[in-house]
Amino acid sequence: MTVKLTNAQIAWRAAQDIPDGAYVNLGIGFPEMVAKFKPEGREVIYHTENGILDFGEAPRAGEEDWDLINAGKKAVTLNPGAAFFHHADSFAMVRGGHLDVAILGAYEVAENGDLANWSTGPGSVPAVGGAMDLVNGVKRVAVITDHVTKDGRPKLLKRCRLPLTGVGCVSTVYTSLAVFDIIDRRFVLREKLPSISIEELQALTEAEIVVGDRVGDLIVPEL
Amino acid sequence: MDKTCPSIDEAIADIRDGMSVMIGGFGGAGAPIELIHALVHRYRKTGSPGSLTVINNNAGNGAIGIAAMIDAGMVAKMICSFPRSSDPRAFTERYLAGQIGLELVPQGTLAERIRAGGAGIPAFYTPTSYGTQLAEGKPVAEFEGRHYVMERWLKADVALIKAELADRKGNLIYRKAARNFSPLMAMAAALTIVQARRVVEPGGIEPEQVMTPGIFVDRIVEVPDPKQEEALLREGAKA
Repeated sequence: MTVKLTNAQIAWRAAQDIPDGAYVNLGIGFPEMVAKFKPEGREVIYHTENGILDFGEAPRAGEEDWDLINAGKKAVTLNPGAAFFHHADSFAMVRGGHLDVAILGAYEVAENGDLANWSTGPGSVPAVGGAMDLVNGVKRVAVITDHVTKDGRPKLLKRCRLPLTGVGCVSTVYTSLAVFDIIDRRFVLREKLPSISIEELQALTEAEIVVGDRVGDLIVPEL
Repeated sequence: MDKTCPSIDEAIADIRDGMSVMIGGFGGAGAPIELIHALVHRYRKTGSPGSLTVINNNAGNGAIGIAAMIDAGMVAKMICSFPRSSDPRAFTERYLAGQIGLELVPQGTLAERIRAGGAGIPAFYTPTSYGTQLAEGKPVAEFEGRHYVMERWLKADVALIKAELADRKGNLIYRKAARNFSPLMAMAAALTIVQARRVVEPGGIEPEQVMTPGIFVDRIVEVPDPKQEEALLREGAKA
């Protein structure tokens, strides 16, 4: 059995690459966890689509103000210097290239940087939210995901099969087994768990992995 | 000039069958619950206004607000970005049964289409949705080496808006993140109806603090203790 990272550990790894002073949007659900692992001493300002810059942690139970929520409809608090704005301004920040990093979940990512994360096809209710705006506007788009689906099929593909969220938009993928940068339409391996061989990793990946000059060990704390 | 209306029923009286209705709010924040429920009440009593097109970021949660409109059967179509919620039963059942229409719009495109509708801009180009299903059939153009999709403005017959503070001339202040789509929708509707927690005399709002200038507002009703959709849902969840 292959050892793999927990969701918290994937989120931790992605958080280490957010530079000091960055304006960041975290997708709803799993990516929201990244905020918990911001390295000490770095200042990060979080943006939420529904019109807040610089929101903080969740309030204590019983202290929620339901007019103060994030895009996932969860109660948040404000940091000193926070700002409210309407939706057109919020998406001017997104599309206008003013945000530095977006971290999103994925159903599928392809080696050409295509992302599918909004629709599982006919028979379900599609819901796109702000994902298509984020992937086309934010300077750097990263994905955090399990390396394979729940039933063990690869999520890192040659081409996406599900409806696309964006074309050639992903620059980095943090998985439960490895970290890849998408360079020249290829998955370039940056780090992998020491316990897995490149051959084993390739067997769980549909697209061909390009082994970089220096493949580091993916080392994360127990969380 | 005095845009206040003595009652909610009077404020919404001329909303008719088949109209398009923009409803402010993102999830529970900013949802004008009293205006919505007065409309639902009227529909249940009189059978009108039905066949509405409702424009909101979401498609209702639980059994109140927009979900109550859908449950009542008065909504023919939703234009929204995210028709999922913690309890999306009302929309999901009807959608999967083919009983309600859906125009799914990326959130930023939805906001900008509404803004454009209010600003007299019939169409614009956005990078959002290029190369995806949601761009199918739409014109694409290249600017400075990148592809952009043409989107059209979105206007409505009516907007229902929740504000924290209004003056009698229609200047508005919103509470915290309850602002979201409301300033845009107030611009884009032919008739903008506002429920405000407090209505003050002109001069009672500092001009520098005005978020929606009164020119975009037609009617104001004071609702001193407005319900908050999310709080209502959670009370219900506990009961």
